[in-house]
Amino acid sequence: MLVSTKWLGDYVNIKNIAVEELAEKITRAGIEVDAIIDRSHGMTNVVVGYVKECVKHPEADKLSICQVDVGEETTQIICGAPNVAEGQKVIVARPGAVLPGNFKIKKAKLRGEESNGMICSLQELAIEGKLVPKAYAEGIYVLPDSAIPGEDALPLLGLDDQVLEFDLTPNRSDALSMLGVAYEVGAILSQGIVLPEVSYTESAERAEDVLKLRVDAIEDNPMYVAKVVKNVKVAESPLWLQNYLMAAGVRPHNNVVDITNFVLMEYGQPLHAFDYDRLETEEIVVRRAEEGEKITTLDEAERTLKGHNLVITNGQEPVAVAGVMGGLNSEVHDGTTTVVIESAYFAPASVRQTSKELGLRSDASTRFEKGVDPERVAQAAERAAQLMAELAGGEVLAGSVVIDELDKTPARITVSPDTINNRLGMKISLEDMLSILDRLQIPTEAVSGKLVIDAPTRRQDLRIEEDIIEEIARLYGYDEIPMTLPVGESTPGGLTPYQAKRRTVRAFLEGAGLYQALTYSLTSKEHAQQYALETAPVTELLMPMSEERSVLRQSLIPHLLEAATYNVARRIESVALYETGSVFLGLEEDGLPKEVEHVAAVLTGKWVDHAWQGESKKVDFFVMKGIVEGMMDSIGQLDGLSFEQAVVEGMHPGRTAKILLNGEEIGLIGQIHPTEQKKRDLKETYIMEINLQKVLQTEVDEVLYTQVPRFPSMSRDIALVVASETSAGTLQAIIRNAGGKLLKDVRLFDLYEGANVEEGKKSLAFSLTYFDPERTLTDEEVVKAHDKVLKALTDEAGAVLRG
Amino acid sequence: METQLNQLKDEALAKIEAASNTKELNEVRVAYLGKKGPITDLLKGMGKLPAEERPKMGALVNVIRETVTTQLEERMAHLEEQAINEQLAKEAIDVTLPGRPVRTGNHHPLTRVVEEIEDFFISMGYEIAEGPEVEKDYYNFEALNLPKGHPARDMQDSFYISEEILLRTHTSPVQARTMEAKDGAAIKIICPGKVYRRDSDDATHSHQFTQIEGLVVGENIRMSDLKGTLSLFAKKMFGADREIRLRPSFFPFTEPSVEMDISCFKCGGDGCNVCKKTGWIEILGAGMVHPNVLEMAGYDSSAVTGFAFGMGPERIAMLKYGVEDIRHFYTNDVRFISQFHRTEA
Repeated sequence: MLVSTKWLGDYVNIKNIAVEELAEKITRAGIEVDAIIDRSHGMTNVVVGYVKECVKHPEADKLSICQVDVGEETTQIICGAPNVAEGQKVIVARPGAVLPGNFKIKKAKLRGEESNGMICSLQELAIEGKLVPKAYAEGIYVLPDSAIPGEDALPLLGLDDQVLEFDLTPNRSDALSMLGVAYEVGAILSQGIVLPEVSYTESAERAEDVLKLRVDAIEDNPMYVAKVVKNVKVAESPLWLQNYLMAAGVRPHNNVVDITNFVLMEYGQPLHAFDYDRLETEEIVVRRAEEGEKITTLDEAERTLKGHNLVITNGQEPVAVAGVMGGLNSEVHDGTTTVVIESAYFAPASVRQTSKELGLRSDASTRFEKGVDPERVAQAAERAAQLMAELAGGEVLAGSVVIDELDKTPARITVSPDTINNRLGMKISLEDMLSILDRLQIPTEAVSGKLVIDAPTRRQDLRIEEDIIEEIARLYGYDEIPMTLPVGESTPGGLTPYQAKRRTVRAFLEGAGLYQALTYSLTSKEHAQQYALETAPVTELLMPMSEERSVLRQSLIPHLLEAATYNVARRIESVALYETGSVFLGLEEDGLPKEVEHVAAVLTGKWVDHAWQGESKKVDFFVMKGIVEGMMDSIGQLDGLSFEQAVVEGMHPGRTAKILLNGEEIGLIGQIHPTEQKKRDLKETYIMEINLQKVLQTEVDEVLYTQVPRFPSMSRDIALVVASETSAGTLQAIIRNAGGKLLKDVRLFDLYEGANVEEGKKSLAFSLTYFDPERTLTDEEVVKAHDKVLKALTDEAGAVLRG
Repeated sequence: METQLNQLKDEALAKIEAASNTKELNEVRVAYLGKKGPITDLLKGMGKLPAEERPKMGALVNVIRETVTTQLEERMAHLEEQAINEQLAKEAIDVTLPGRPVRTGNHHPLTRVVEEIEDFFISMGYEIAEGPEVEKDYYNFEALNLPKGHPARDMQDSFYISEEILLRTHTSPVQARTMEAKDGAAIKIICPGKVYRRDSDDATHSHQFTQIEGLVVGENIRMSDLKGTLSLFAKKMFGADREIRLRPSFFPFTEPSVEMDISCFKCGGDGCNVCKKTGWIEILGAGMVHPNVLEMAGYDSSAVTGFAFGMGPERIAMLKYGVEDIRHFYTNDVRFISQFHRTEA
């Protein structure tokens, strides 16, 4: 909503307050003023000129040489506009003028002819092209004859004005009208307001006698008022009216249309003007459209209607889409003499639906959608009739043609001052409350200690006691509310164990060198299930914006790989990222997908890179595995963790494993398949993904101290040769099993395949630690235990001991 | 004999002085003070001297031996120190060479903001509540006083899965679910999470973004409690000398509704480009829980009141860190994320 302060001044006295201060007060009271637009843009030296003579430039077809009376002198100005002509009153920027955009006007020579200034279009005065009346859209603006040469043109054009741009919240549709704004500003400044005085002379003929009215859809159109004005002379509107409209962001057309728009802006009640003769039937019937019925609207687009859309018809065919836009067939034109003014109440939901279906939003539909003031329906029609009599020379027929079943009862709200103060945490006196409501012109009575309020119909947002609390608080000032903290039962607060462990996981991964990524949940169908630990029917959007973001993901890996590719493409060759986030699986009984929180990571490039010391190491499976083990250890889940060689689509067949926790599959780890890597422009890349939710929900032992060893431990090393396919894990298990309770620790410290080892075999070396917490072990005991281990390795794995 | 002795002493002292390392010096020691050395020889030859000369000569020999020994020890200490210094000199390194990097990652900036907010409210006794990202229309809209047909629930603005299911457009459904589950009991929660809106991604819009909301419900919760809580929050998050102001606003689920501005943390309120010359920065929306919302969740709105507030971690991060484009939060450029590794406190 654009509010011209010049226009606003017609209803409320704002002469004594600076516009910045006014804007601040309005904002603090509840309507955000987004901007203050100075329509003068600091222009000076822009005056009225009279074109006394206008001849073609001998050297240039498109230029005219004009002799212009600018008051103090007559001067020559070269003009390029096609519509410049002798006898016009025009806008002249004199030498020394500065136009918007810091455009300085100087004396100049154009093709040899002197030019002392510029004859201006409205666009050159910073009026948007779409607001300039069509007649002047392609050339200079022509002022009315009454303009006096030499007079300052800015006040004449209403450009000595500041416009407040409101960012209205949906509840404050009352401020979609100048009168509504006047009530608000009046309340803020503690001032009364002046409403327009509506009076005109009616002709003897009665409107009812020339127009029949029927409404067939009373629930969506409970009130319709039609007035008939004869003998109107369609012409350009007076300048003040055009100025007001342009300031409000509305393009002037002709006096009849401009009056309907003016009243719409003034009262917030949309009006429509039909050409009575073009209706042809002397009848208006409001009904629902027939399915597929067509109408060409004022914007010259053909619209196809649905059976629930409300239309205004002449009894035969639609002449307007109710509350949204008029039809081209009944439009007021230059030759119109009799006008039907329509002022109606259309149900918000109906207008919203129709406007949305037609993709057509207008100043009218935005107001009907929010619900117009029932009391102003008839008032606005009268105001328009008055202005048509005054400005278009019309004769207003007596009375109106009316159908009215609209409930205009104000909402009754009862609230006690204590409730208001308790809710706000304040101590506002009853007098202050009454005074605020009085400033807002909200009729209130204090009845046995309670406020009994009849909310004015212009304030559709006032319905319940909380609404009144807000009115009082916002005008009393939110700055006056004290600062307290909730009292009552104190709660410990804090993270749940699940949330705390999630933070531990994040902290571990970051400590291990991974950055936290945040990728999109929506993905393409192609990537939705790639690398998913578990698949279920994918959750699809009804109306996706693109195929790329059309379904919910079931794995975090594809987007993490995308992030890796993004970084690698920007020459960040080493990437280590992790993410925690939900995957979405199938549909549960309640209609929602199962959301499971996962953690995933991607590694590519170098893991160690310390160039000047010659240390550099690429990432590999075991870097990722170490991270997984460390992460699981950080939340007490290392003991049940195991890895099992696996073949997974899109993964390197020899370098991929399932991750198991207590024997149950919880994740995936490994290298991306080289062909997939190539597709994504990645080199060797490793990933892991784990069902974090399952892990965090797995019970964990409490941390319990075990005594720090008082007795020394003893170590024995073993070097073995086994078949290549025997896994280290198998050997380790054999050792642990055979070592008994004295074996404290087994550590692999060497792995070798190649020269000096038989083909098909490999050599491994383990270091075993024996320990008894109760005493120092003897050599014999260790030898005994160790021999058991060696025997088991030979028997169970066919291991050969190396010397 | 005496001359011979002095000559010997001078000779030994000269050699001590000449020794350039501990090995040479040890050779000198053996040569002069060893069992086969000249001084020992001299002592051994004492017997041949006349008895009256013996004490004098004995004393002289001892003095010489002590002198040589002392000199030798001093020289030895000196040479040892010199040897150590030489060794240390050899071991000197260029301390300006780069250190061995300790590889660490860090929080995503949005997590950093969210956790900072969470931690503040945890210290105030709040719990963290979480809920599904795919929601029922009921919890996302209806239970929040946005009945069917309400303009704010335009199909065009939300990602619907079906008529009744959608990607949540705010974290408020977590509030609705918590209120329903608490069955009339008091509530103090913070709800962080991902939310989705049907927007095209550009510098200021993202179809996926994050929100964090708070809700307090109980007996006699007042608007002044909301103001006091938010003021403490603003000071904690944006600096101890931050002031707040509330402006009336509108949300369907609160009444009265406010927007909270903080005094600009860059210019302190004088006006700059961060606060667009106003001295104030809009940070969050808040209000007293709408009685319809309380009633729908099973609370008696005449006995229980509450306040709620909500904010966008993206906006806060953009303001706090000066990030100009919301898309940076979702491209996962390591050069972006890694900038948020250090503490500010």
